[in-house]
Amino acid sequence: MRWLLLKDLQILRRSPLQAVLLVAYPVLIAVLVGFAISRSPEKPRVAFLNDVPADARVSVGTRELPNVGVGDRICARVECIHVKDRAEAVDEVRSGDALAALILPANLVSRINSLSTPFPKTPQIEVIVSEEDPVKARLVNDRIDALVAQANLVIARRIAAEGGKFLGLVLDGGDLEVLGQTIEILGLRNSARIVASLRPALPPGELRDSVDRVIRFTRLARNNLATGAPLLARLAQPVAVDREVVDGSSPPLESFAIAVAATFTLAFVVVLLVAGSLALEREENAFPRLTRGLVSHSGLLAEKVALGVVVGLAVTLLMLAGLALFVPLHWSRFGLWLVAILGGGAALGAAGAALGAAAREVRAVSLLAFMVTLPVAFLSLIPAGAVGPAFNDAIEVVTALFPFKPALDAMTAALDPGGPDLSVALLHLAALIAAYGLLARFALRRFNAV
Amino acid sequence: MIEARELVKRFGEREALRGVDFVAEAGELVAVIGPNGAGKTTLLSILAGIARADGGEVHVPEGEVGWVPQQAALYRRLTVEENLLLFARLEGHADPHASVEEMLELTGLAGRRGEVVARLSGGNQQRINIAIGLLARPSVLLLDEPSVGLDPRQRARLWEFVSALAETNGTTVIFSTHDIQEAERYGGRLLVLADGEALFDGSPDGLLEAVRREAPEAADRDFETAFVAFLHHKGH
Repeated sequence: MRWLLLKDLQILRRSPLQAVLLVAYPVLIAVLVGFAISRSPEKPRVAFLNDVPADARVSVGTRELPNVGVGDRICARVECIHVKDRAEAVDEVRSGDALAALILPANLVSRINSLSTPFPKTPQIEVIVSEEDPVKARLVNDRIDALVAQANLVIARRIAAEGGKFLGLVLDGGDLEVLGQTIEILGLRNSARIVASLRPALPPGELRDSVDRVIRFTRLARNNLATGAPLLARLAQPVAVDREVVDGSSPPLESFAIAVAATFTLAFVVVLLVAGSLALEREENAFPRLTRGLVSHSGLLAEKVALGVVVGLAVTLLMLAGLALFVPLHWSRFGLWLVAILGGGAALGAAGAALGAAAREVRAVSLLAFMVTLPVAFLSLIPAGAVGPAFNDAIEVVTALFPFKPALDAMTAALDPGGPDLSVALLHLAALIAAYGLLARFALRRFNAV
Repeated sequence: MIEARELVKRFGEREALRGVDFVAEAGELVAVIGPNGAGKTTLLSILAGIARADGGEVHVPEGEVGWVPQQAALYRRLTVEENLLLFARLEGHADPHASVEEMLELTGLAGRRGEVVARLSGGNQQRINIAIGLLARPSVLLLDEPSVGLDPRQRARLWEFVSALAETNGTTVIFSTHDIQEAERYGGRLLVLADGEALFDGSPDGLLEAVRREAPEAADRDFETAFVAFLHHKGH
């Protein structure tokens, strides 16, 4: 078998263009896919016009709140293009330079302040969106909605906090700054204590009964207002999220992206190489000569799978080493990397052998390998729950029948301790090696047709 | 001795071989001739063990049956030497490099040992193809149209070598050919196939006698014309 392996490597060396393409193309796809997965979506470019006067402050009662910096918060989440007026904002959107425009009108703060007056006016911000691209429009709408919700939340928290302070003054008393003057607020607690201290001096009768009623009221008011303070604090965000993971653990996004890139590379290199080199034996008319006692069918298949694993291992390790320059990898898990690559490579090689034996011609094999590997690989990346239940079930079946998904699971598990169970993935791969091996062995019978 | 009894081979509805009997002794040079589709390649493939017969029996002698297919079975991206070395190693030769030297000498391609096979002419590729078949040092050598693509000088060298194998080593050589003159010149025995049927099995002189007997008008013509007349007389 080693002489056949050596021969295949010699042939690969004699075809430098094919060898480079065989390695470069999957690496390129892998890097692109990994890059796309690992990067969060780009910040959308938004034209931003802030007409709110710099000194305008949201006030609660007579008290002004500190600047909450809504503009800065918005520009931290989108790429702001600062514009001078509304017309420029519209131009930016029309020209496509900005996906949307966000305008904070000059009366925004005064309208917010009017909410606590007898004549409230609804504060409004203006959003200008181009609907030319529905996907972009939806993205921008979602992002703007989220931004507005966050801005509302920030303001509501500040108002709730200030409201809580006022409530504290009413309850416990203290100093209140109004128009530069300090006013002492007695508070319910102090009022009740003063009234209670007066009570013993009063003779029984109508006046004492009235004082008792005042004391009961202050107690009742204190108790109820005391529960109001935390309620006010929760008003800004009444529903909290309690996140519980019920299935699987999630490795960091970078590790998953690297696993995807590595598995893409491994899959394309191994499947194409094994399928192509097996079909080449027939194209060169060498298959009958080889299998006339020089090598068995199973031996030939094993040699092709070994070729794929050897080359796939080298290319994948080189790619991981290259990626390690940019992203920290757990080199202490190198042994597990090898196990994952060897297991995944063998299963992918067996699948490649089955394809090569079925298609028989190198060109047809290359086409078939792409037609099978590429869609299965992309299907394997669709998260569960992202599609309808029936389609999801179909995807699970399809991806379980091809080695890409279990190879990806094995690679993810090998790269990061937070990944899926490596042993389960390896068992899955072992089952696929056996199944595709049998399939290839069966398909190889057609090779002997004269 | 190699022996075939009542060989039958079908491809779907078509019968490629219809009860062919055939025996070749050690040292014999047997030419299998006949028109296209006669079953020559099918017969050699069954004798070589590449294809299975649907009926009948094949008995092959102890030792290897060497097989040289019609289309060169070698790796075109490897050099001449790499091809020979690969098959010598696969054959398990104790000294594969010595075997390669021997075959390079035999084929006259020692000076081109480092050339990639794809750059060689069809004739030279065929010489390597035959050399690989000989690496097994077979007691029976099956050659499927071995001289196709060879120039006259190369043909002469090929047949000189093949004849020597039969005479000196006692190798049984069975070859198919379309070249009737070649079959007459080098085949000690002729097996004439047509539509999967063995029409004649004997010496070239025996075939001429059969022509005189069955198609006397062609008896005095050249061997090829006599052969065509024989086929015509037999309904082919």
